[in-house]
Amino acid sequence: MDEISLLIGGKAGFGIDTSSLLIGRILNQLGFRIHIYRDYPSLIRGGHTFSIIRAAKEKIATHRNKVDFLLALNQDTVDFHKDTLKDNSIIIYDSDTVKSEGHIGVPVGKIIKEENASEIMRNSCIIGGFSKAAGIEWDVLEQAFRKNISREIEINLKVALRGFNEARKLLDIGKLEQEALPILTGNEAVSLGLINAGLKTYISYPMTPSSPILHYLASLSEKFSLKVIHPESEISVILMALGFAYAGEKVAVGTSGGGFCLMTEALSFSGMSELPIVIFLGQRPGPSTGLPTYSSQTELLFALHAGQGEFPRFIVAPGDPQEAYYWSGLALNIAWKYQIPAFILSDKNLSESVYSFDVNSIEEIKEEKPALWDRAGNYKRYLDTESGISALAFVPDKDAVIKVNSYEHDEFGITTEEPLLTKKMQDKRLRKEKYLKRELENYNTVKTYGNNDSAVTLLCWGSNKGVCVEAAKNLNLKVVQPLVLNPFPAEQLRKSLEGAKKIIDVESNATAQLAILMSRYGLKTDAKILKYDGRPFSLEELEEEIKKVVS
Amino acid sequence: MSPDNLGTYAENTWCPGCGNFAIMNAIKASLQTLAQEGTPLENFVLVSGIGCHAKIVDYINMNSFYSIHGRTIPAAEGIKLAKPDLKVIVFSGDGDSYGEGVEHLIFAAKRNIDITVIIHNNRVYGLTTGQYTPTSPLGFKGRSTPQGTNELPINPLELMLATGATFLARGTSHGIELLKNIFKEAILHKGFSLVDVLQVCVTYYNMYEYYDKRVYELKEHNSGDYQEALNKIREWDYNSDAKIPLGVFYKKELPTFEDRFLKPAGPVISRETKIKEVLKEDI
Repeated sequence: MDEISLLIGGKAGFGIDTSSLLIGRILNQLGFRIHIYRDYPSLIRGGHTFSIIRAAKEKIATHRNKVDFLLALNQDTVDFHKDTLKDNSIIIYDSDTVKSEGHIGVPVGKIIKEENASEIMRNSCIIGGFSKAAGIEWDVLEQAFRKNISREIEINLKVALRGFNEARKLLDIGKLEQEALPILTGNEAVSLGLINAGLKTYISYPMTPSSPILHYLASLSEKFSLKVIHPESEISVILMALGFAYAGEKVAVGTSGGGFCLMTEALSFSGMSELPIVIFLGQRPGPSTGLPTYSSQTELLFALHAGQGEFPRFIVAPGDPQEAYYWSGLALNIAWKYQIPAFILSDKNLSESVYSFDVNSIEEIKEEKPALWDRAGNYKRYLDTESGISALAFVPDKDAVIKVNSYEHDEFGITTEEPLLTKKMQDKRLRKEKYLKRELENYNTVKTYGNNDSAVTLLCWGSNKGVCVEAAKNLNLKVVQPLVLNPFPAEQLRKSLEGAKKIIDVESNATAQLAILMSRYGLKTDAKILKYDGRPFSLEELEEEIKKVVS
Repeated sequence: MSPDNLGTYAENTWCPGCGNFAIMNAIKASLQTLAQEGTPLENFVLVSGIGCHAKIVDYINMNSFYSIHGRTIPAAEGIKLAKPDLKVIVFSGDGDSYGEGVEHLIFAAKRNIDITVIIHNNRVYGLTTGQYTPTSPLGFKGRSTPQGTNELPINPLELMLATGATFLARGTSHGIELLKNIFKEAILHKGFSLVDVLQVCVTYYNMYEYYDKRVYELKEHNSGDYQEALNKIREWDYNSDAKIPLGVFYKKELPTFEDRFLKPAGPVISRETKIKEVLKEDI
């Protein structure tokens, strides 16, 4: 088979998420490329949670609405997801608790009881049933179980085998002759990209969807000698990080909209004091607490304008884990080269979805050293230079007094209110953006995909890349994706959009923030497909919307 | 950076008679002594917030981090954790750290991180021209409370003792010799140290006479005893008329945050190799 989709659902807190990853890893062993969409409510127990696992021959970065298999551990899964079924979809359900017609019922409850297994192992049982039905060999299943389950593996396998034996083979998924790739989340790719470019410290206060970075980096802290800190608040997070930056240690922070609100005063301080910082901003629907565990693209204009005063910043919105890895590393380099705040703008969809990750397809990126003081004369932290970039020295240095300041200051770092000096220092800081913009001309800040001759062009940013690229492939359209959103690559975007007769802006927000930003540069869009219900576009959904707009 | 001349070219804009002069002169003297005793001046970082107190970093020719209002302590913690051999000294106001940023103070004490916090406690907002602070007495008539405040002050030393600070002291801006000694001892203390300095604001809350009549130096006080420290700290509650003890209330050596948190670096294997190892686990 070239492609398969399945949905697994159950009560929150009953291991659906872990199971979906395990199924992903099983299908990964068969050479498929993987995508997992995870849908869960903001609570620890109860409520309905589900994942859609999609496996295909080609690399994919979106989910389908229609699934081939429905794995139901409770009645809600069958009742809530009727719409996802096709004529030939197969439902595998716990026949002890779920009423469903036809298909494969596995007496999960009975098996669990007989094997004296824990409730959580109901997942293993249903995965066993699915594997048999999909024609996956027991050996593949066992291997994946052994690699991924550390606790009570034997009893898990026993339960899975009984589920396996209860089911019957209904199709043969087969095996693809291609090497298995690692599967990971966008957050994990961001984390590894930052480490690769020399990250030494990560500081964060838990907030979905950024918390998994905190957890992941904490778990890797010993391996990579990272300092990972969870302080009392987001305000402390960013101030602590600026302390690290002052001392010369490469640092990043992570948060979501509400936490970022608390960081904005210190963001502005970073702009004034020219202390480099990388800010990972995982978007979720607002306003306010909004939908904590769902996805949106509503913080573009916020990230662009946050903080009092005027200062340069870098904003990149990667669209998949490869871009997340590469551009997170680049964001760290840029933050230090230009001594500015650099944003990695993600959303829950990119952050927590699982993708096949091909590190070999990513252009090499190495840690860059920032401009360092040449040790001539008296050190001036804010020396006015042609590029606006002042060479750095770090404490302790016996020949340098290193002063940073949140007030307007002179070159040495001492407070000033002099009008001429005020203007000179403001110009110095803003000049850095000009040089950054120039450097970025050497990078693919705007990417295009699909049929270059198509009259219809889909415009997207961030995690919508995956669904747009695939929809465009199916409908023979072109896609344009600006990756860097500040300094805005207006010229590159203009070139990429040349010849387009109809530009359809696809965004996961209600006000078309990219279109608003583009209009400042005289760039227009012709139609908009906006989705702001917290759920990312599925492939079918977007294709349908495109057809409505195009016809 | 020379121990003989720690001044800068910045024009001093504190009011004549401001208690901040005493704090600056005392800290300069303490730093000079510490430099003579072997801690090079470049190993110090001075952190300040926003308020009259904060100008001190413009006036001392040493490494400094002039932060934003209420946010001195997390920056100081970051500097310390990045370079544990540095001596990080925070200058902060009562509005700055007992008010706006009080959560950072509590958590730094809880961590027992090895930084020194000196509070310029004038019990009034000077730079914003005379409003009450967390340590102003009940009924204090400031520009935002012309009929007098309706809340009692906090006793910051009691708060700090309860949250885990391991060095607590009080001085006044009318007692520079005592300040010099306390500052030096606080800086040398391994762990979180806080010195509350009753710093007089001559313009908005001139308390010189009031303090002079009531202060006395702690003698025969066992600063290693928590209960004794608490009793002495409670002798004056920043509100009622009472004798005001000065000196070191509490001093205890306990493990610091950095002792527990900072690990020796692992074997030198390239990041690239290790990333590949991690990715292999994800197949």
